[in-house]
Amino acid sequence: MPTLVFLEHHGGELQKGSLGVLAKAASLGDAAAVIAGPGASALAGEAGRYGAAKVWACEDEQVAQAVPQPRVDVLAQVVADGGYDTVLFANSVLAADVAAGLAARLDAGLNWDLTGIEFQDGELVGKRPALQDSVYADVGWTGTPRLALFRAGSFDATPTGGGDPETTGISPAYRPYSTAVKLVGQDAEAASGPSIEDADVIVAGGRGLGAPESFTLAEELAKALGGAVGATRAVVDAGWYPYSAQIGQTGKTVSPKLYVALGVSGAIQHKVGMQSSGTIVAINKDPNAPIFEFSDLGVVGDVHEIAPKLTELVRQRKR
Amino acid sequence: MKIAVCVKHVPEGPAHLDPSTKRLDRSGEGALNHFDANAVEEALRLKGESDIEVVAVSLGPQKALDSLRKALAMGADRALLVSDDAAAGSDLVATSRLLAAALEREGADLVLFGQQASDADGAVLWAAVAERLGRPVVSQAMELAVDGGSVRVKRQTEFGYDTLEAPLPAVVAVSDAINEPRYPSLKGIMGAKKKPQDVLSLAGLGVDAGDVGEAGSRTTVLALGEPPARGDARKIEDDGNAAQAIVDFLAEKRLV
Repeated sequence: MPTLVFLEHHGGELQKGSLGVLAKAASLGDAAAVIAGPGASALAGEAGRYGAAKVWACEDEQVAQAVPQPRVDVLAQVVADGGYDTVLFANSVLAADVAAGLAARLDAGLNWDLTGIEFQDGELVGKRPALQDSVYADVGWTGTPRLALFRAGSFDATPTGGGDPETTGISPAYRPYSTAVKLVGQDAEAASGPSIEDADVIVAGGRGLGAPESFTLAEELAKALGGAVGATRAVVDAGWYPYSAQIGQTGKTVSPKLYVALGVSGAIQHKVGMQSSGTIVAINKDPNAPIFEFSDLGVVGDVHEIAPKLTELVRQRKR
Repeated sequence: MKIAVCVKHVPEGPAHLDPSTKRLDRSGEGALNHFDANAVEEALRLKGESDIEVVAVSLGPQKALDSLRKALAMGADRALLVSDDAAAGSDLVATSRLLAAALEREGADLVLFGQQASDADGAVLWAAVAERLGRPVVSQAMELAVDGGSVRVKRQTEFGYDTLEAPLPAVVAVSDAINEPRYPSLKGIMGAKKKPQDVLSLAGLGVDAGDVGEAGSRTTVLALGEPPARGDARKIEDDGNAAQAIVDFLAEKRLV
């Protein structure tokens, strides 16, 4: 099963989510990686440490911007040149569009929102939670190449002990429509701490914080724990926090090692975005809040009282 | 100018899977996927008082006409439903092929999608359709403007906000942050009945039955199972020491 993994990078760093998928692929058999964008070759060594025996690096100007279609051209060429029968992606805004475009280009099956993959009787089988994660489906492919998109945080990004990979440059022919989208402006959000999809710890705030100013409680606790801040849809809609921090069905899907929910009720739309987190701690004054149904530790109490004390205790431990 | 809006008819209320077909049970009541209402709204906003034609396009059972009528009641000019029993069970590869065929027939300058389907949580169809049509695609649009022969989109990603430009014809998937969909007026609902509603079969579209449905699909559902259970969960009331209890819990789990 020669497998190809699409590695996404930002700011000169490979994204943890895609490295997790690469490490998983390496555990199943031979794994190669594709990195697209200026500076791609320089990241090959890092890919090797997460299990890539071979790296395809595309340095073309056409893949300098984070748009999907030129990457479909790159992947289609690599799949053909390398004879890969499986192509794996860690979900992201970019990767989802690349995967679906490649599926149409190659008439290849794409299973998305997977949380696992394994061999059953010699066949690859994907694990797919469905219907708000109330059902777990085993999904398969009826031909090759098989394409899969994994939910954020499905696999730990653990170095495999691999060495420097064989690196091959790639420069495909780009289709005219693939390079038609132009980036004309960029407004990066002032990021505080790690991006929520890559964070090991997330402190999320909901309506129960009471006022936008109270988000400092979440920010302080996140800083103490070395994590990122998330928000529910309700507070984003109310303008308390930016949309980019929104977790849930219409925001990001995350699965950090630790998820601390401050004044979050746990509505289904939020739940689907965070329930695969390792450990969930919730503080809410409403004892009947749905979040307690899927928390490892639920605390019924006033978040305004508990959060500052918790932040102080965490700081003391780290001193 | 013509705008095609792709909409999906999704089950209303709690959805469940049919254990025999392992597909979503679509026999009950359905409604317009609410994320698609944002796409309809955006098309109507672009239309304004102009002569832009807005056509709502759907794939699905005959009942999907209900959702198309909702789009018409909101203000779309025309509806096209592709409905054929042979298309049931189509996966991404098969669905995108069929939808692209319908859109080729329409020849719209701009094709709009909503940000996801609320039933299957799919959020990828536009990219596959754009590839089949050979058109540029932009997803997660939170602001959209058409200027002459191009479309300008502000989008939100994990890393901030990008503004992108693409020449028409193009495919754009809008985020639900882009607008607040209108409710159909009584006049709109009454008027919808008189608007053109075409229903096409595979034959009418010139698509081979072997290229759609399960025959044309490249993925399959093998088995359905229960979700994994969570471990021992604890719930405590704050007696003034909750912060300490949380830290102890985190220490025990080696999380601090």
